[in-house]
Amino acid sequence: MSNSQDLQSCRYEISNGDDGAKTLHIQGRMDAATAAETIAGIKSILQPPLPTALTVDLEKVTYLDDFGALVLVELKKLMIAQKSRLHIKNADQRVKEILSILKYDESGAPATIVRKPTPNRFIRLGEGVFAQVADLNFIFSFIGSVCLSLIHVILHPRSLRLDDTFLSMKKVGVDALPIVGLISFLLGLIMAFMSSVQLQQFGANIYVASLVSLAMVRELGPIMTAIIVAGRSGSAFAAEIGTMKISDEIDALFTMGFDPTRFLVVPKIVASVITVPILTLFSDLFAIMGGLVVGVFMLDLTTNAYMAQTLKTLTLFDVFWGFLKAAVFALLIAGIGCLRGFQVRGGAAAVGQATTSAVVSSIFLIILTDAVFAVILRYWG
Amino acid sequence: MDRKTVIQVKNLVARYGDDIILDRISFDVYEGEIFAVLGGSGSGKSTLLKNLLGLHRPASGKIFIDGDDISECDEDALQQILRKVGVLYQSAALFGSMTVAENVALPILEYTDLSRESVDHLVKMKLNLVNLDGYQNHLPSEISGGMKKRAGLARAMALNPKILFFDEPSAGLDPVTSAELDKLIIHLNQSLGTTMVIITHELESIFAVASRVIMLHKSTRGIIADGDPKYLRDQSRNPFVKQFFNRLPADNT
Repeated sequence: MSNSQDLQSCRYEISNGDDGAKTLHIQGRMDAATAAETIAGIKSILQPPLPTALTVDLEKVTYLDDFGALVLVELKKLMIAQKSRLHIKNADQRVKEILSILKYDESGAPATIVRKPTPNRFIRLGEGVFAQVADLNFIFSFIGSVCLSLIHVILHPRSLRLDDTFLSMKKVGVDALPIVGLISFLLGLIMAFMSSVQLQQFGANIYVASLVSLAMVRELGPIMTAIIVAGRSGSAFAAEIGTMKISDEIDALFTMGFDPTRFLVVPKIVASVITVPILTLFSDLFAIMGGLVVGVFMLDLTTNAYMAQTLKTLTLFDVFWGFLKAAVFALLIAGIGCLRGFQVRGGAAAVGQATTSAVVSSIFLIILTDAVFAVILRYWG
Repeated sequence: MDRKTVIQVKNLVARYGDDIILDRISFDVYEGEIFAVLGGSGSGKSTLLKNLLGLHRPASGKIFIDGDDISECDEDALQQILRKVGVLYQSAALFGSMTVAENVALPILEYTDLSRESVDHLVKMKLNLVNLDGYQNHLPSEISGGMKKRAGLARAMALNPKILFFDEPSAGLDPVTSAELDKLIIHLNQSLGTTMVIITHELESIFAVASRVIMLHKSTRGIIADGDPKYLRDQSRNPFVKQFFNRLPADNT
């Protein structure tokens, strides 16, 4: 007996035999609770030089499962690395059966889980390009399918799913009104406050009204509303369609003879294009109200003077220009939200990615389109 | 019988709001047996499973898992008790963002002190056991339904729990795959002595694996039959039990 150590329920000791051979006696339960300690313990008492042959005596083992087998496999690997051998003796029928199911005899070679090798960078570059091309292809076919569906709905207005459209209008528009109103009100407040600091120096307080109303109606109203809608509804569209996609609901729609684009996308686009301009109008009004509060309470303007200046500044063209922008943004948000949903492949994580990507690409495209609108207005107006 | 009881259910009442799903049911599951819970749709099989796993607390009654009461214990104690339990969910419930090997390794890495290399080896053995060797690096979305079930089984068995629960193991599998799964269940039961509780309504599977069954029915919200499935098929006088085991339509006369 050279060593022994007490574990909770698995004990082992080593006895010396002839010619440097040793025998390891294991007793007790070899299971998940004891495996880690047993492996570490045996490795620590089997200090080099390792015996020429090691026999493991399993006579007193009361229970052995695959964690127990792992102990034996680890020992075998240790011995094979030293070019010596491991024998097992006195294993009872049950233990033998478990070892045979686990293919113990074939184990011991260093073959553990082979991780997928990372392909070299040319292959990765190629794969990346192909993926991008396939993505682009999908985007074009999606745009085409949306256009066809919209044309179909225009030609056959009855084919529009009215219930879904109204539900989407409520979710995109009505439910967003409080947050759009609050944010716009605060935005108007901040703009009026910041500009008044400068304008007051010239005694031009009244122009606060012009600045707030023009900036809001032309630029910030549509953009702020669109960003809020992208965050609220664009992400929701992507998540909804993405989840439907991974649970085969899209396929179900298709096999039942529905065009998934017409069924899911068109109501969302129609609802968004109708409600976002209305939301923008509310956004403009709330911002002007925010500016008015600052004007009346901090700049000693009268409500009448403030409103008169606002109306003098704004033209009907500005308002409709804002609406037009809002409608285009709405089209982008709904389109991209649905597109990202349809692109989902795999599982729950892919739905999360699609949601993120829907919001990020919507916001980017909103800003980009707004820049394009600014250029058009500069040369046209 | 003086075999050790591992699951004991006493007067369990389960309800959602005012709907009573299970009304005062009691049964025992003994160590090392394969126990099946049968019943038609809506008979409360899944509710029973949720109660046994502590996911849904019983309205009244007691449930003992290996001697510990899970109907009233706190969250931490429940977690301790659930370490003795493995579950194969109906849809396998593999985590989609992890490979098959990572799914199986997750509980082993969390609850044992084995080295990364040993865990890899163990995972390989587990996957070998369910005939999935070679699919370690596949994502769940890349393998078939039967493979997902087997991977889910490998994960459920990761820590060699005392009790394994199967929720409709053969649902959605072809007869061959389903029979293979049955064989695997019997094999694991015999070699590791794991107690198995199977929620199912697959007749073939019941006769192949179950040593004892209870049958739930929505009319009584309780157990209408228990015993050896073959005996019930041939001897039971309860009309519903007869219909169930002989695949007859309900007679609405």
